[in-house]
Amino acid sequence: MKKKVLTVDDSRTIRNMLLVTLNNAGFETIQAEDGIEGLEILEDANPDVIVTDINMPRLDGFGFIEGVRKNEKFRAIPILVLTTESDAEKKNRARQAGATGWIVKPFDPTKLIDAIERVTA
Amino acid sequence: MDMNEIKEIFFQECEEQLAELESGLLRLNDGDRDPETVNAVFRAVHSIKGGAGAFGLDDLVSFAHVFETTLDCVRSNKLEPTQEVLKVMLKSADVLADLTNVARDGGSVDQARSAQLIRELEALAKGEAPPAASASEPVAPKAAVAKPAAVAKAAPVEPVVNEHGFAPVAFSFDDFGGDEDDAVGDLPAYDIVFKPKSELYTKGNEATLLLRDLSRLGEMSIHCNMDSLPPLDQMDPETAYFSWKVSIKTDKGEDAIRSVFEFAEWDCELDVTAVETGEASDAATDDLPMQPVPFDLSALDGDLDVPLGVVEEEEQIAAAQEAAAETASNVVQMAGNASRAAASEKSVAAAAAQNNAQQASSAAAPTIRVDLDRVDRLINLVGELVINQAMLSQSVIENDSNGVSSINMGLEELQQLTREIQDSVMAIRAQPVKPVFQRMARTVREIADITGKSVRLVTEGENTEVDKTVIDKLAEPLTHMIRNAVDHGLEMPEKRLAAGKSAEGTVKLTAKHRSGRIVIELSDDGAGINREKVRQKAIDNDLIAADANLSDEEIDNLIFHAGFSTADKVSDLSGRGVGMDVVKRSIQALGGRINISSKPGHGSVFTMSLPLTLAVLDGMVVTVAGQTLVVPLTAIVETLQPDAAAIHSFGATQRLISIRNSFCPLVDVGRILNFRATQANPVEGVALLVESEGGGQRALMVDAIQGQRQVVIKSLEANYTHVPGIAAATILGDGRVALILDVDAVVSASRGQSLQLESSLAAVG
Repeated sequence: MKKKVLTVDDSRTIRNMLLVTLNNAGFETIQAEDGIEGLEILEDANPDVIVTDINMPRLDGFGFIEGVRKNEKFRAIPILVLTTESDAEKKNRARQAGATGWIVKPFDPTKLIDAIERVTA
Repeated sequence: MDMNEIKEIFFQECEEQLAELESGLLRLNDGDRDPETVNAVFRAVHSIKGGAGAFGLDDLVSFAHVFETTLDCVRSNKLEPTQEVLKVMLKSADVLADLTNVARDGGSVDQARSAQLIRELEALAKGEAPPAASASEPVAPKAAVAKPAAVAKAAPVEPVVNEHGFAPVAFSFDDFGGDEDDAVGDLPAYDIVFKPKSELYTKGNEATLLLRDLSRLGEMSIHCNMDSLPPLDQMDPETAYFSWKVSIKTDKGEDAIRSVFEFAEWDCELDVTAVETGEASDAATDDLPMQPVPFDLSALDGDLDVPLGVVEEEEQIAAAQEAAAETASNVVQMAGNASRAAASEKSVAAAAAQNNAQQASSAAAPTIRVDLDRVDRLINLVGELVINQAMLSQSVIENDSNGVSSINMGLEELQQLTREIQDSVMAIRAQPVKPVFQRMARTVREIADITGKSVRLVTEGENTEVDKTVIDKLAEPLTHMIRNAVDHGLEMPEKRLAAGKSAEGTVKLTAKHRSGRIVIELSDDGAGINREKVRQKAIDNDLIAADANLSDEEIDNLIFHAGFSTADKVSDLSGRGVGMDVVKRSIQALGGRINISSKPGHGSVFTMSLPLTLAVLDGMVVTVAGQTLVVPLTAIVETLQPDAAAIHSFGATQRLISIRNSFCPLVDVGRILNFRATQANPVEGVALLVESEGGGQRALMVDAIQGQRQVVIKSLEANYTHVPGIAAATILGDGRVALILDVDAVVSASRGQSLQLESSLAAVG
């Protein structure tokens, strides 16, 4: 069965790149544009793994991760953070919010798939 | 979808983000201190940087990076967004826009300018005042954000099931070749002790997955230490009890091993030690007090191609152990159903509340993106529908003189519906003028910089909507007018202060709807038009006679004449070779009018009135020499039946008509368009009093008025060729093509510039 990935990113460009990369790698992809939408569709999407941006309008990545972790069903789901900020401080904040790992932008399809495979069974 | 399409999307998005950036910065400039505004500005730059990075647009990335860093200082309240700071940022937004354009269309940017801004931004980020502009020292473009070393590519996992049963399973990625041991034996070996904390699991990491990842680095043996596992009744399912000891042989190095645990770094104890070759493999089986655990790869990765028969017996025995491991390693949902339900309900409610609050703050209506071609196709189709409906009405009326009421009523309803559909479709293409107005802000900044004037742009009615085709064509004339307003209209600061005005000049741009048209007003509080100077210039350029008696209004309108410029010297701005005459022509080409009114010492106001759409037009259908013509209704002031007594001859061929005690030139449309060789008798026709661009009135003679209707404009240029005196064509209800009169062209032709027109129309036939 295909693994389902929920991506949350406000940038149309990145959303499209995620979609193409993940579909090519054989994942099923569901997309949300910000944290609020991500939480809204979480239950229905029922993903195996989540990839989220940090800087987003309405609800940012930190808030989104916290929201996901509060949901009993998804509190142990792997969540990867897309980040351009590779410094330890930002990573740490994402970790404290409950992120499983991160993918450092610029967006690299190989890195993305590697990271997803690292956290999913 | 391929990369090029995504790139196209990226540039579209950039445009939106740049607009967002600019409007956000301008709001900050106006004193808005809402953190969300700063966030939105930050996000815009951040998004551009993110996308640019993905496409390897290094120049864009490095500039965006510096810009973002400075914005981050504002966001974290380390930098106060003063006017000075915002000035640098607005300029940076301009450079970012340039860089984006260059990335898309090629060309080059002003390196010195962007280097200077990078320095200014960096200085701001460090808390210094922006350094004085000195574009001499070139700064090497910053290297693109360093790409972190790629994670070692995972080799395909080939499970090796050996005969040991419970014994440690060795992982090998080589084939079952006999020389495998020798090869592996030479590789460096490492002992790894990995003890996850509970947090590792709550963050969605998985010890088994990490170990699987590790196994891809080389041949390894693994032991699970379950010593701290308490009896089942004391066990907390969400606590980590296990630790693992792994011996691995790999040539990938210690860094590769550590990078496997990158995500878990904070949430585990990890100890990696290099061991002498030869000891490692023994250590796993002999030296350790720990109980070996079978490591069943098939449970971890369903895609792996494991020969089932071999695994089966192992699996059965392993099942119990595995279950225990799963229990501990997965975060198991053992919480009571009730509390779970309560918790999730609560979180949903919280999310909903947050959602509502957020939605209230950003009340953006949901939108969809549609290819413009599709909308255009729809508009064309609706145009056809309108024509078809008119034809249907006409044929019903012609064939059914008795007027069966039900058919007529149905037709009327159809007509109404058609009209509504048309309006709705037009509304789809209608867009606010905001993007164009925003572009003007940049123009103002640039010209203010060049001229050394201090200018503030005030915009009003940015959300006034108008057809996209009109918006697209509006930018150019507007840019030129803004340039003119700042360059010629506003005075230098000293001069303003001397005149008792504030040093900062104001240029105001407003848009509003007025009787089915959009009116755009551009006003400045500068010196106004220097009529003496304009008049002198016009005389010098042979535009008017030295002794001509002109009203103030007429003098003001002289600036719209071709080749007219009041600039004393050819400056950077007026040197572009575009005069107000070009502005006027482009506005007219849009079916618009432009007027100027000026008060010496108080500034000038340019008023443009444009149709809301270029697709339909309300027109008066008239007959001229047997031809059917459409006269745009907006041009017509009134219609009248000339009376023989009101017609006066003037000169050899000219005639005037007296209307309420003032004289107005009478223009025979049929004669001007060369439909007939001699002038028609005015008394037999109808006069349409029209207002032309110069503000003067003319009476256009036509033979009869057929009626008034909305017509769908069909471009003559696109389907045939440009015909002087004719603006476009349309299809009438009876299926015939009617030409739409270009009133201004006809009026100016009547002023004696008709030779060219006549000959060309004669050629058209």
